[in-house]
Amino acid sequence: MSEKVLMKGNEAIGEAAIRSGCRHFFGYPITPQTELSAYMAKKMPKIGGVFLQAESEVAAINMVYGAAGAGARAMTSSSSPGISLKSEGISYIAGADLPCVIVDIVRGGPGLGGIQPAQSDYFQVTKGGGHGDYHLIVFAPNSVQEIVSLTADAFNKSEEYRVPAMILGDGTLGQMMEPVDFDSVPEPKKADKSWATTGTGLKREHNIINSLYLSPEALEKTIIERQKRYDIIKEKEQRYEAHDIEDADIVVTAYGTTSRVVESAVKTLRSEGLKVGVIRPITLWPFPDKIFAEAAKTAKAFLSVEMSMGQMVEDVKIAVNGKAPVYFFGRTGGIIPTPQEIIEEVRKIAGGLK
Amino acid sequence: MAIVFQKPHALTDAPFHYCPGCTHGICHRLVAEVLDELGVEGNAIGVAPVGCAVMAYDYFNCDMQEAAHGRAPAVATGIKRVHPDKVVFTYQGDGDLAAIGTAETVHSAARGENITIIFINNTIYGMTGGQMAPTTLPGQVTQTSPYGRDIKTQGNPIRVCEMLSTLDGPSYIARVALDSVPNIKKAKASIKKAFQNQIEGKGFSLVEVLSTCPTNWGLSPIEAIKRLQKDMLPYYPLGVYKDIDNENK
Ligand SMILES: Cc1ncc(C[n+]2csc(CCOP(=O)(O)OP(=O)(O)O)c2C)c(N)n1
Ligand code: SF4
Ligand SMILES: [Mg+2]
Repeated sequence: MSEKVLMKGNEAIGEAAIRSGCRHFFGYPITPQTELSAYMAKKMPKIGGVFLQAESEVAAINMVYGAAGAGARAMTSSSSPGISLKSEGISYIAGADLPCVIVDIVRGGPGLGGIQPAQSDYFQVTKGGGHGDYHLIVFAPNSVQEIVSLTADAFNKSEEYRVPAMILGDGTLGQMMEPVDFDSVPEPKKADKSWATTGTGLKREHNIINSLYLSPEALEKTIIERQKRYDIIKEKEQRYEAHDIEDADIVVTAYGTTSRVVESAVKTLRSEGLKVGVIRPITLWPFPDKIFAEAAKTAKAFLSVEMSMGQMVEDVKIAVNGKAPVYFFGRTGGIIPTPQEIIEEVRKIAGGLK
Repeated sequence: MAIVFQKPHALTDAPFHYCPGCTHGICHRLVAEVLDELGVEGNAIGVAPVGCAVMAYDYFNCDMQEAAHGRAPAVATGIKRVHPDKVVFTYQGDGDLAAIGTAETVHSAARGENITIIFINNTIYGMTGGQMAPTTLPGQVTQTSPYGRDIKTQGNPIRVCEMLSTLDGPSYIARVALDSVPNIKKAKASIKKAFQNQIEGKGFSLVEVLSTCPTNWGLSPIEAIKRLQKDMLPYYPLGVYKDIDNENK
């Protein structure tokens, strides 16, 4: 067993990426992901890797496109306004079926917004952001240790399905220091990359990385083929953590930083004798709808707690499918909900239940 | 019987979709001949633009990537940083390179990124049906400058070679034209030099190729060549704008 080291979340992403075989990082400065770029700038030149500060997020994501298309494990990171700029490139990456990992350390929006933690980009990262029918596999860790294992998974799943993956965090998670080990990072898997542009060597037909199909029939065919992979991902890759839902009257759900506040609120509520359970989505896409459907068989109400005006709650409603009321509580603009606020919200709901 | 002329190996058998008299076809051929002559087709990775040359990935026999509009130099940078030993080039139009992709162009040049850029200046957005480009000449009529480009309201054209040659990054910047046999020969020599520089690790090279768009200029192929000579050559003088080989002498 290896030793635990104290690390910031943002740095842990960098170290986990390097241990996962990532040697190409393209970034553009933005708060609050700064420590990740700084870590990569320091480490990459020492291990024969590439850290490149691009002229914009637009350029950075297109460098990722080029590098991923050339067969490398490539990464970029940003925060909300930068992810908006990357959305063009992300759509092209999805359309060209390229694997890569994009880190989004979300901050308050819209516009320049603020630099404090937020979850107001849930729609952007799970429902598109860029144009076209596409999805990212979105991982939402809630601890520095989990950041490590999910970063490794992001690279592996992205290559397995040829779908870009995202690590979604916020400034709290990025900047919090926790002890971590890197035992959970497996040896980088060798994926088949016979499609990559590596030079034909005059020994094979040329490879083409592309998302253009002028014939509607041809384009539809690629989209349907990709949708089939999405369907497999929805079937096989839903991840969550759940507890106390078997006997729960109220199921509280939250992801990332917010889930940690929810845990402390739920502890208090259960000590008061309230039957409260928790579902914490770990993948936001695919959304873990099966466990919600399961919980909805017995739970009397759901509460989604977010740092937004109510985004994930829509997926909770779809998953619960009218079987129970779904409530929402959120703070936004960079404000983290307090345990007390959540406790009061749950008590209110409990008071209304027969 | 001796073969005196044949299709370069670096071109596929796919028929070009270019309009009659369009010089994109000539330029493709020159690039392919250079890849053949330098023996680097199997080692090359090209990046196609968004513009009339968008399907260049079907025409060049080497590995190809299709970039988003204007982003080819960033895509090429990503490729080159993964495969520094491969020959990486982009092929871009003027809207692609000098409007939407200006930042990617300037910064890949400033970094001295060891890639080769073939830049087709036809003073127009060909693919979308003839709108004003950053290179459209003052007074030139296009779909979006129907009264002629008025520099007071529509701004001035960009001379890309002149602009980029002020940077320290590039190793070779030249402007050539496809209007006559001698100039086409010179164009090929410049393109070859731009690839050779990359192979020798000298850094960023760009060749601006003055080209025609008979369709959107509303001219016959021959009239289009004449317009290139009469209107474009005086505004966009041919020549080598930067060559570190000469500077170092
Ligand atoms: C983001 C984006 N904006 C606009 C377009 C539409 N578009 C396609 S080609 C083109 C202009 C191409 O002109 P140029 O680069 O000069 O190439 P040419 O066709 O003249 O060779 C434009 C604006 C696009 N495809 N993507
Ligand atoms: S529109 Fe112009 S640039 Fe495009 S193929 Fe036709 S002639 Fe060539
Ligand atoms: Mg043009």
